[in-house]
Amino acid sequence: MIHDLLIAAAQALAIAALAPLVVGFTRRLKARLVGRRGPSPWQPYADLRKLFAKEVVVSENASWVFRATPYVLFAVMLVAAAVVPVLVARPAPAFAGNLILVMYLFLLGTFFLALAGLDTASAFGGMGSSREVAISALAEPTVILSVFALALRSGTIDLGGIVERLGAEPRLAANPAHLLAFGAFFIVMLAETGRLPVDNPATHLELTMIHEAMVLEYSGRYLALVEWASAMKLTLFMTLLANLFLPWGLPGGLTVAAMAGGLVALVVKLAALALLLALVETSVAKLRLFRVPELLAGSFALALLSVAAVFLVR
Amino acid sequence: MSRVAYSVAAALGALAAMIGISGLLGDTWVVTVPWAVPLGGLQLSMDRLAGFFVALIGFATIPVSLYAIGYAGDDRRGALPYVGFVIAMCAVPLAANVMTFAVAWELMALASYLLVVQKATNGTATHPGAPAADGSESHDASPHAGGRHAHDAAEATGAAWTYAVMAHAGFVCLLAGMLLLSAWSGSTRFADWRDTELTPLARDAVFVLLALGFASKAGVIPLHVWLPLAHPAAPSHVSALMSGVMIKLGVYGLFRVSLEWIGPAPAWWGVAILVAGTISAVVGVLYALVEHDLKRLLAFHSIENVGIILIGLGAGVLFLESGLGTLAVLGIAAALYHTANHAAFKGLLFLGAGAVVRSTGTRNMEVMGGLVKRMPWTAAMFLLGAVAISALPPLNGFVSEWLTFQALLQSLQVPHTGIGLVFVGGMAGLALTGGLAMACFVKAFGVTFLALPRSEAARSAVEAPGWMRLGMALLAFACVALGLGPTIVVPVLGLVAGDLTGEVTPLWFGDWLRLDVPGDFASLSTFAIAIALLVAGIVPLVVLRARGLTRRRVYETWGCGRLLQTSRMQYTATAFASPFRRIFDFLYQPAHALHVEAHPESRFFVDAIRYVHETRAVAEDWLYHPLSQALHDVTERIRGVQSGSTNVYLVYILAALVLMLVLG
Repeated sequence: MIHDLLIAAAQALAIAALAPLVVGFTRRLKARLVGRRGPSPWQPYADLRKLFAKEVVVSENASWVFRATPYVLFAVMLVAAAVVPVLVARPAPAFAGNLILVMYLFLLGTFFLALAGLDTASAFGGMGSSREVAISALAEPTVILSVFALALRSGTIDLGGIVERLGAEPRLAANPAHLLAFGAFFIVMLAETGRLPVDNPATHLELTMIHEAMVLEYSGRYLALVEWASAMKLTLFMTLLANLFLPWGLPGGLTVAAMAGGLVALVVKLAALALLLALVETSVAKLRLFRVPELLAGSFALALLSVAAVFLVR
Repeated sequence: MSRVAYSVAAALGALAAMIGISGLLGDTWVVTVPWAVPLGGLQLSMDRLAGFFVALIGFATIPVSLYAIGYAGDDRRGALPYVGFVIAMCAVPLAANVMTFAVAWELMALASYLLVVQKATNGTATHPGAPAADGSESHDASPHAGGRHAHDAAEATGAAWTYAVMAHAGFVCLLAGMLLLSAWSGSTRFADWRDTELTPLARDAVFVLLALGFASKAGVIPLHVWLPLAHPAAPSHVSALMSGVMIKLGVYGLFRVSLEWIGPAPAWWGVAILVAGTISAVVGVLYALVEHDLKRLLAFHSIENVGIILIGLGAGVLFLESGLGTLAVLGIAAALYHTANHAAFKGLLFLGAGAVVRSTGTRNMEVMGGLVKRMPWTAAMFLLGAVAISALPPLNGFVSEWLTFQALLQSLQVPHTGIGLVFVGGMAGLALTGGLAMACFVKAFGVTFLALPRSEAARSAVEAPGWMRLGMALLAFACVALGLGPTIVVPVLGLVAGDLTGEVTPLWFGDWLRLDVPGDFASLSTFAIAIALLVAGIVPLVVLRARGLTRRRVYETWGCGRLLQTSRMQYTATAFASPFRRIFDFLYQPAHALHVEAHPESRFFVDAIRYVHETRAVAEDWLYHPLSQALHDVTERIRGVQSGSTNVYLVYILAALVLMLVLG
């Protein structure tokens, strides 16, 4: 029991600590790719520190929903970090509700954030909320199908089981179906975390923005929590990608040394994924909002193909 | 007088809950009263499945009746049909032969018809202190009272008429199926049907008839047309019961048909149920998204949730056919769990909507807003129900959708590829439904309760009285309890499912804290997750407080330099749903019309703009309209037979007699 709690806490802390670095590192890579020097990868920590110290300005129209949302969002990401295989293949069973739980925890965060967007009676907030929930709803089927394709190949639906099985038999992963599922999940990650070509994380004032429009009214420590939670969501999606699709280096054992090894492997894989993300983001333009469903339909088709491929060859 | 009736209904609910629980735990009994009804007598019997549904009705009736004491007040209309409705509903799952079932089923339909038509009979508001008796479809902030009631009455009449027609069409199907089965098996008792040998064709025919009848009561698309009309037209406490439990009796029938009466089911029944469930779930929630009448929105969500229940049931039927008994129990238990959960959160949401409608005098979300500050209790309850119905952890909707997902994901054990793909479709549909339901309840709660009030009625809204809050609080408690206590509930439902499938091995492992689905599947502890969420949310709050970082300033919303912030600047429900309308335009078939009246001097001076945006109901356009047109044409032809002359009618009687003698 205590053991389980410690592992859960360790995973949550690891994600919380790494998240700003992942965002900062990706920004730095993007800057380098377009020929700028860019800020230090540690800049997001300084930003968070500054925001936490600042005064909060709350709209007079807002209710308690607006004030509670940053905490809900942050809590959701911490708990999700305890469920996903981050440092160990099998996190504490009391928290392991597998993929469905992770999906719906993210939805819980989106639900409250979208309500907060509506709460201030600002047109921007409503616009952002409406778009965010539309994209997140359309992304759900792809998430489940791409992971189901992996489950079909490894014969279990437990995230930890998939990680262990693929880690033990890497030849299972050397397969076109695996690549298709990876592609589908990657696109969903772009959509769910507000990256290009779905949403532009670098801009604040465009009528095409989604996530930033929704959180426009947040400031001070509330904004810090929201930003931190968004960074954690990105990190969690990347961790899922890293550990599900490239499940090597993740320890089955629960010793501190093994977990440290897992952390090192995770950092290496996250760095590689951040590079991929930066490459994608610098090479594509933002899509028009109503082209996004087509992109998501494409990712769904990839996931479906991946499942069908497994069905056909078995 | 009416308060007494509602108190009696609450007491009846408590009694039904107790009887149901004892049946659920394995108590069985049969009561026969031969003289009460013809053809076999009144016969009631209790088993686990019946116990489950009786308990469900009972538990739903208690809070709803308490709410009704505050809601209907001294309004006598509808009090007696309400009590009759409750009794008839309890009798349906207990009915043990065709005649008893038919009487109970018809009584239920009749009583609910009376409740739906209630507002058509008397158009004057009777609530002191409340703007209107119940919801009215007014699209401006200060509707003309007389016109509104006339409109209300017309709406209620139309809804009741559709409801009556659909209920009877369904009943005809049911009766035909049951009479065929009785003729073939030689018994009108349900228990005797199980052992009857039937040809596959006969079984399929009976299945189709009975499934159509029950599915129309359950509101499965495309048999759902009555549901979004009738549920909003009824008073809110009746809507809560109709949506929460009455349509579940259609689901109850589907359980009996596919698993017990004429089982074991062939694969195509399971496929049909699973596919119908998926379609209902996705299409139901898509229609809910573009609906701005709060109660109609909830009615469409009932269609969605029945779809989710049928996904679980269909999965169970398919697993049973594939010989995977353990998984069949998983699917069926998930369906039963969702049945109970839907009764809790949909009841809660309808009661919340009723409180809003009572206070603002309208069901139109576009004129609401800001109610969270004026009706804080109702808002909190509605938010809890919204979280539950969107299947967000850690509340009850999540638990049953999680179980349904587990059942679908386990399809990797089904060897048949075609059936595997059906499961994949169900999985994708369920995931999409989850996301869309979340989106829809962001709209329903956000537009109704948050931000600035959009009308005078919303600005002057007041909190619901105590009895109503009590009813909502009880259902909110049920949502939380069913969410945190699956380790207690699921084993009991496993017993019900075990009875239906003949699977008797112990199925559910785990301890008080954690629910383990058998095999190497997954485990879930909503309790642990709830605690973890609470701790993870409170820790940053405490840390920030401890460091003195609590400065807060209240200021106006940033408005791009605008000086005035009004409610017209916030997003409306229509605007919120607009991305969905564009993405799914193949379903909505939207029609736009923009009329701009410009000043005669210059087209840049606009006098008036009228924008009409309608979505069309595909089922009505493509299925019901041609059908009713054809029916109309046929009856028009037959009309010639009715000349009105007595002599001709006598000839008809003579001809009929002769014909019967010849045939007999």
